[in-house]
Amino acid sequence: MFRVLLLREIRLMARRKSELVNPLMFFLIVAMLFPFGVSPEPTILAQLAPGVIWVCALLALMLSLDGFYRDDFDDGSLRQMVMSGVAPALIVLTKAVANWLFTALPLIIVSPLIGVMLNLHPSGIAAVALTLLLGTPAMCLIAAIGMSLTVGLRRGGILLALLVLPLYIPILIFGAMGVNAAAMGQSYSGQLLFLAAMSVFTVSLAPWAAGAALKVSLGE
Amino acid sequence: MAWTWFFRLGSPKWFYQMSLKWQPWLWFFAGSGLGIGLIWGLWIAPPDYYQGELQRIMYIHVPAAYLSMFVYVVMAVSGAIGIIWRMKMAYTVSMSCSPIGAAFTFLALITGSLWGKPTWGTYWVFDARLTAELVLLFLYFGHMALFNAISDLKSADKAAAILAIVGVVNIPIIHFSVEWWNSLHQPASLSKLEKPSIDSSMLWPLLIMIVSFKVFFVAVLLPFIRNHILWRDRDAQWVKQEVESK
Repeated sequence: MFRVLLLREIRLMARRKSELVNPLMFFLIVAMLFPFGVSPEPTILAQLAPGVIWVCALLALMLSLDGFYRDDFDDGSLRQMVMSGVAPALIVLTKAVANWLFTALPLIIVSPLIGVMLNLHPSGIAAVALTLLLGTPAMCLIAAIGMSLTVGLRRGGILLALLVLPLYIPILIFGAMGVNAAAMGQSYSGQLLFLAAMSVFTVSLAPWAAGAALKVSLGE
Repeated sequence: MAWTWFFRLGSPKWFYQMSLKWQPWLWFFAGSGLGIGLIWGLWIAPPDYYQGELQRIMYIHVPAAYLSMFVYVVMAVSGAIGIIWRMKMAYTVSMSCSPIGAAFTFLALITGSLWGKPTWGTYWVFDARLTAELVLLFLYFGHMALFNAISDLKSADKAAAILAIVGVVNIPIIHFSVEWWNSLHQPASLSKLEKPSIDSSMLWPLLIMIVSFKVFFVAVLLPFIRNHILWRDRDAQWVKQEVESK
């Protein structure tokens, strides 16, 4: 069942190529604003880079959430799926996995490039991709809870940010801390393990909360 | 027979009338407790050997911070009760908790930053405990905003309860943040299992303040609940009679 749902998501995503590129463009452009806004001085940029990359990735992910349920909710297929007897947690998990594959993964692949452009220390470049790789699953799943709670609402966007962003803070702290440690040549395996732990924790529990929320939002 | 009290709690009308009877007692105990605790803490208790008179802000800060977490747990547990046993009253309690909890969190943050300025030299640092407490404030705001954003009352109840339950992960983070990370904030002086690392001349007024803050919380909670009941059951016959008789 998981495979059927995931294949459906992948097929749908593949037919909306422009929407896939949008978060990526957003990520690149916002990251490029910092040299203009703060200072093009390489040493200053190198100091800012870990935080800038992480915050930009986080905002780009937030931006992509708009499409998380919207099309399926608008044409009623989301309601059909929930009514069909498939566990709502499974639907949510598929959505989150698809969201991760199509928005988070491209961000992770591009992130070393931004690291180079922001003059991040070479030892920090790999850490950017690694911390994002381990941190983004947790973010996608927390976002799934927020989206499931706000799916039926007309002005859910701002509310979603209020619900989800506070819960992103621990992930952001450990992610940026890991990159910072790596850029200074220190070991950052502790931060990586923490990010992995948060991802495992959310993968195992968040789908249930989000599934229950989805049922509530759809008025079951 | 043993369970009847539990089911009676589920009746908004019964709760409304009973809580009116409890109210004066609660105000009395909260007021006298806070009075004794404040006088003892702010004048009679000895000043700290290191921080001097400044340390007296503890008698407000610690109970407020403790209550900010306690209220959240009450909110989440009653939300869970609402989801599991489908009790309307549990949702009412849960929704009434969040503005009060937000107020306690705000009080803890304000007194903490006023205390931090002379002792740490700064009003605010982004360290683990302070950030986690700020996240708690946002969770309270999110809980209220989500409830108000959903027009269907039943969905709003459940959605807010789910959010409250999800946010519980933040509570252990706040509690253990001073042990897991190097923090400017000092580790806890009170513990349930060990002997407290605080002298009994300061411990007693602090405990009195914590207990009175709790009683005060209940005393403030009941009017919020009654308000919520009136609003929720605004079409019920007894509410109309109740309002007209006033």
